[in-house]
Amino acid sequence: MKLTDEEQALRAGAFGRAAQWAIAHQIEVGRYLGARDFVAVSQAHVMADTESLGLAGVEWLEQLARLPAQERRVRISTITDPRGTDFAAAHKLKQQPWMVDLERRAIGALEALGVLMTNTCINYQTIMPPVLGEHVAYGDTGVVIYCNSVCGARSNFEGGPSALAAALTGRTPRYGYHLEERRRATLVVNVGLTPRELNDWGALGGIVGRLAGDYWQVPAIVGIERVPTSDEMKHFGAALASYGSVALFHMAGITPEARRLDQVLAPGHTVRSHEVGEAAIRAFQESYAEAIETIDVVVFSAPQLSLIEMAQVAGMLAGRRAKIPLLVVTSPQVKGDADRMGLTARIEEAGGTVLSGMCFYQSYAREMAEANGWRRLATNSAKLVNIVGGYGYRPALMSMPACIDAACNGGRL
Amino acid sequence: MSGEIFFAAAGMGRKVRGQALVAKDGFSARYDLDRLRGVFSRPDHKLAGASYVGRVLVLDAAKGGVATAWMLHEMKARGVVPAALVLNAVNPIMVQGAAFADFTMISGFDRDITQAIANGALVEVDPTGERPFIRVI
Repeated sequence: MKLTDEEQALRAGAFGRAAQWAIAHQIEVGRYLGARDFVAVSQAHVMADTESLGLAGVEWLEQLARLPAQERRVRISTITDPRGTDFAAAHKLKQQPWMVDLERRAIGALEALGVLMTNTCINYQTIMPPVLGEHVAYGDTGVVIYCNSVCGARSNFEGGPSALAAALTGRTPRYGYHLEERRRATLVVNVGLTPRELNDWGALGGIVGRLAGDYWQVPAIVGIERVPTSDEMKHFGAALASYGSVALFHMAGITPEARRLDQVLAPGHTVRSHEVGEAAIRAFQESYAEAIETIDVVVFSAPQLSLIEMAQVAGMLAGRRAKIPLLVVTSPQVKGDADRMGLTARIEEAGGTVLSGMCFYQSYAREMAEANGWRRLATNSAKLVNIVGGYGYRPALMSMPACIDAACNGGRL
Repeated sequence: MSGEIFFAAAGMGRKVRGQALVAKDGFSARYDLDRLRGVFSRPDHKLAGASYVGRVLVLDAAKGGVATAWMLHEMKARGVVPAALVLNAVNPIMVQGAAFADFTMISGFDRDITQAIANGALVEVDPTGERPFIRVI
């Protein structure tokens, strides 16, 4: 990789040991992926829940945190993905004290590096959305795909160590979606139905993700008949990224780089195309619901809920009562507003539990299942159903109203 | 077949030997593994129930989210980890995770590597030279 004078100084340790580790890590990654040089980034978003970090990862962060202050501080605005617990509710979730202790240690270390503990995977709805053409280093696949596609920002998937490296150096290797030529569509998906419910948007994202197949594919969606809301784009993108490991999509006539489809097609190249209709979306959801007659827990999470979704849940619970656990997971930023506007109280008075700053699958989901006897889980998040099977759950993908009905019917579907 | 060699487009880590565990399926530490028991746990994964500890995993593509970047490091620290990853296609997360964990990985072949290596074959993975490769011993 071609290095500037500053990057060579970073490599030589002139900016301290944390930045020296960071640029060495980035060079190794950049060389593997064919980066010619670095690109400056304005923000970093670090995924660092302790279920992923483990003790080894926390101890590694603490090593960085013990460096002298001038050697360990991040150089750009750096925020965090959800944590592995909501400290106020850890006991209710039957999370173990060692989990909570590990979270506290990780937070202490990240704060010592100058990281802002936003604990959110919806920073594009709540903190500071990137703008068209802004190069950033974001973790959380849902964050990356939304910001690349809907905002027109430039980011690859940056796992926790690499996002932190970008925070410490202020740059990232220039490969993948930092390059204009990588942002062109590689497949076209003609959609015969504009989804209505969030779970339908997630199902469509899951189907397109399976069609796309890997990280380097960029689907262009054609046929969406109205401009989706931010929450709809959120569920579509999160599922697309989850099922396909996809980091960028275009939606013809809607997303900023594809005002017309031909703007994202390479001239003279043909790309494969697919058709997706209502039957495929229905079949996708039915594939998760087979032989499930009752459920143990309802979860709204992955991504965290916006204030609008919180209001929808509160409204659907009006005059009713959840008879099985109903977990409603949001960001600390939304939680404050939900408290102030009485939404939290309305949900909890109806038997729900509002959780803040965590995400269900990042919060020791396997251990929570064993401690609480949860196995059959209902959610409106396609991303969540894709993940929790590996944690021992049998998930059902349903609409928000159907999930609320199930919770209030004692789990009967 | 013994002695067959397959060159990869890129590689990192150290030379290792092990028994291949092969499937035409993806890899994500978060989505696919029970990392405490060291087995594939996603029910619809083609290797569901199989132990990956000490095996050379020969799979199709990196999948899933960003967690693998931390998880390879955590798995290696506990010694409940594959010997190496051999993939047709990587995503950045797998590269970042392998770099952070000092883990052996090669990727990018001129054929489908999951069809070229027999499940259970003893293989050597060498990412250290100009042309990284996997060789059937």
